Amino acid sequence: MIIKVLGPGCTNCKNLERVTNEAITSLGIQATIEKVEDYPTIAAYGIMSTPALVVDEKVVVYGRVPKVAEIRALLETANA
Amino acid sequence: MTITERLPVTRRGQALGLVAAAAVWFAMYQLNEHLWDWVLYDAFGMDPAARVTETIHFFLYDTIKIALLLVIIIFAVTFLRSYMSVERTRAMLGGKREGVGNFMAASLGVVTPFCSCSAVPAFIGFVAAGVPLGVTFSFLIASPMVNEIAIGMLLTLFGVKITAIYIGSGLLIAITAGWTIGRLHLERWVEPFVFNTTLHGQVLDPAAGLTFDDRVSMSIEEVATVLRKIWPYLLVGIGLGAVIHGWVPTEFFTTYAGPGSTFGVLIAVGLGIPLYSNAAGIMPMIQALYEKGLPMGTLLAFMMAVVALSLPELILLRRVLKPQLLAVFVAVVGSGIVAVGYLFNALLAT
Repeated sequence: MIIKVLGPGCTNCKNLERVTNEAITSLGIQATIEKVEDYPTIAAYGIMSTPALVVDEKVVVYGRVPKVAEIRALLETANA
Repeated sequence: MTITERLPVTRRGQALGLVAAAAVWFAMYQLNEHLWDWVLYDAFGMDPAARVTETIHFFLYDTIKIALLLVIIIFAVTFLRSYMSVERTRAMLGGKREGVGNFMAASLGVVTPFCSCSAVPAFIGFVAAGVPLGVTFSFLIASPMVNEIAIGMLLTLFGVKITAIYIGSGLLIAITAGWTIGRLHLERWVEPFVFNTTLHGQVLDPAAGLTFDDRVSMSIEEVATVLRKIWPYLLVGIGLGAVIHGWVPTEFFTTYAGPGSTFGVLIAVGLGIPLYSNAAGIMPMIQALYEKGLPMGTLLAFMMAVVALSLPELILLRRVLKPQLLAVFVAVVGSGIVAVGYLFNALLAT
């Protein structure tokens, strides 16, 4: 599973990365997190509000930092 | 556990919690001034007329008062804004021609939740969806310039008329500046990649599907987040306001920078542009300066210059705008603010 955190590096983006890490660790799945800070790439995903979470090239969350539980649920669905 | 995980979950528990919170808030707000009067004048026996006492009193009183106001304002604004999103705004603006588009963009800029870190993706998204450049700028200008926290504070500290002037002039500047930039056809000064961006896949809307409970918990968390983020700016702003309140002679500014002053507004805007603060931190200073005779037009201009043009946002925008366009942006918005400052000094003095 390839997970990308999109964002220019503001506090929310770091929070999203942290929360996603927590979710991955608690699920015990194999996944790498890639930070995308490059605007042209971010925009190409159709994102207008950062931060955003992309799982296997699909945008699953954007514009906010969800709780660990929500990310876990999203990752579990994606893994299935 | 986060704050929202500790809240009551039954409707009855929530209603009781709300009533209790409102009661506590009102009590604190009303008792605030009396509390510090008692602590400083009675308990510590300080002289109410002394400058040091005045300064300390202002600082303590204002800190509590502004914190309480911020709680209500941030909660209410986040809740109301959860119904709007940048994605919805874009959908509404796509294909609108200039003029009407500028007006809509500016108005939507005020009500759409928007963080300056999203300024660049939003800009790209708007342009890629076919929103004209000038209209996009109206949105980008209105959003920080007509700041919801400023509105809340101005309402409480100065009343409806001043707040209406602030909102009206902010919108006017956003509409005119955006329209002007559009008319100048400066597309050549936008980084090329912006026009080449194609949007993949379906754009989703963060405002869709939120329940009432979602909105409430979002709003509560936003209060905590914002307070945590801005409290240093707040204390500095209140500190400066307190010093001005206690140490600057009354009517000081009427002598040097009164309504008829030639350079007052220019200097205020000149100082405001490079400064960066958020609206809440600026308010206590605005209040103190007003007490000392600085005219309202100059003050509004100063406040707008500080919040509308911030160095961090300009640095971000550099990724999509070439330096020439950035310069035009600052110049057009700056001139608008100066014009508004002089205009209202003249109007309010009569």
